[in-house]
Amino acid sequence: MPGDTQESHALAEGIARTSYGKLLAILSVRLRDVSAAEEALSAAFEQALKSWPGNGIPGNPEGWLVQVARNRGVDRLRRQTVRDRIEPALALLAEEAAETNPDELFTDDRLKLLFVCAHPAIDPAMHTPLMLQSVLGLDAARIGSAFLVSPSAMGQRLVRAKTKIRQAGISFEIPEREHLNERVEAVLAAIYAAYGTGWDGDHGADTGTAGLADEALFLGDLLCSLLPSAPEALGLMALMLYTTSRRDARRSTQGAYIPLDRQDTGRWNRSMISRAERLLIEAAAFDKPERYQLEAAIQSAHVKGRLAGRPNWPAIEMLYARLLELAPSLGAFVSHASALAQMGRHEDALARLEAVAGEAGTYQPYWAVRAYCLRQAGRNAEAGKAYDMAIGLSEDASVKAFLGGEKASLGHAG
Amino acid sequence: MKYMILVAETEKEFAMRNEAGTAAFEAFMAPWFAYSSALAQAGVILGGQALMGPETATTVRIRDGKRIVEDGPYADAKEQLGGFFVIDVPDADTARDWAAKAPTSSSGHTDLRKVMPFDGEA
Repeated sequence: MPGDTQESHALAEGIARTSYGKLLAILSVRLRDVSAAEEALSAAFEQALKSWPGNGIPGNPEGWLVQVARNRGVDRLRRQTVRDRIEPALALLAEEAAETNPDELFTDDRLKLLFVCAHPAIDPAMHTPLMLQSVLGLDAARIGSAFLVSPSAMGQRLVRAKTKIRQAGISFEIPEREHLNERVEAVLAAIYAAYGTGWDGDHGADTGTAGLADEALFLGDLLCSLLPSAPEALGLMALMLYTTSRRDARRSTQGAYIPLDRQDTGRWNRSMISRAERLLIEAAAFDKPERYQLEAAIQSAHVKGRLAGRPNWPAIEMLYARLLELAPSLGAFVSHASALAQMGRHEDALARLEAVAGEAGTYQPYWAVRAYCLRQAGRNAEAGKAYDMAIGLSEDASVKAFLGGEKASLGHAG
Repeated sequence: MKYMILVAETEKEFAMRNEAGTAAFEAFMAPWFAYSSALAQAGVILGGQALMGPETATTVRIRDGKRIVEDGPYADAKEQLGGFFVIDVPDADTARDWAAKAPTSSSGHTDLRKVMPFDGEA
């Protein structure tokens, strides 16, 4: 039965929105060329818009798109006279003959592509952006904004990186053990960046990244099953699960942000939490605590403290101190200072903050923690200024109001 | 790059202008003082003013050589221009971040406009 035009267009649009990344990954691995895969895929979409309204929507539209794009890619490779094009073309034809359903391959393909993107021949700064585009289908504008680069500059860098993949003849296989570890780190960083981007988009209006956090969880899961003896892969998965378990509890029905210590723990996803706990224990057996395991352990301590009704600040403080040795960041410095302040060690906390004062700029948590510490230290005039900065840097009216109340009570204290 | 942050306030917020000296006024103004102080501490502010309510507005037109003067309030919008800040920041994203932090972004709304650059000005 021929489908109507509107229905065909809606379906093609839906697939482009939800599955572009995975289709591109399948094709990139088949064609061994990300740029060629992009061209072939857009040609396939174009053909779908022409063909589906008249001929009807195929039973497996995604499979249809992959098939058409692959044929396009093969045609293009056949026309190439350069010697290095012949080999992939032959491999592709052999594969095509042997293969049945393209869908069966795609989980593996996305992982292969992740490792291709993390190849040492590619500029390390481009590993994550490249993965976000070729594996998850994010556009250059969105990636640019996540990396604070203009869309056109990001677009150019992505093109260069893809050319590099082709020219350097990078193998589209999951690397052997000895090369695996050096690339796992970049793969983990990309998955976490995707997760963070999806998380930010969660409460923003129309950022086009809804579902990205779920994609990251999916990839993290795959990575864990591929690399069950990589403790950091398990650590990252645990970290993402802890954060996701609180997804429903962190916003009120009116959409206001609810901090962890005031969340309704009944709305936490307990099965995610227990899975995260199990992963963290599995990871700990390797006795190689690194960044993601430490961050997950901090989450675990917060969750347990909250459930026990008594926060375990000494444990959290120790984990942050260790995290800072391995992966110093402004956020970790401020969190460490916050844990110290909660333990009553305000002078230590202020010294911690002093160390990053130069780069704190407009980072709101820095000013909020600084205000709290100065207040505890009895330095009210300075605390007032820090409160102003923290209030002025907040977007949320309820956060502004809370900090405003804290500042107002300074006057009465001294 | 220079940007103008235009804050649009609700009728209730304009009414606060007549409450000076009360606790409600202090509570209303506190986030504004914090906001302008944060702009100053961050070193991005070039200037700004708060405006009296729309009832003080006057619209002037010359038509057919005649001066036509209308006293406010003009256009029956729910939210009216209540003041502005001019800031100098490195890029559009930073400007948007600052606009989002204005108290009116949660109550009324906030508009952001790029200031036209002249002769090599960023």
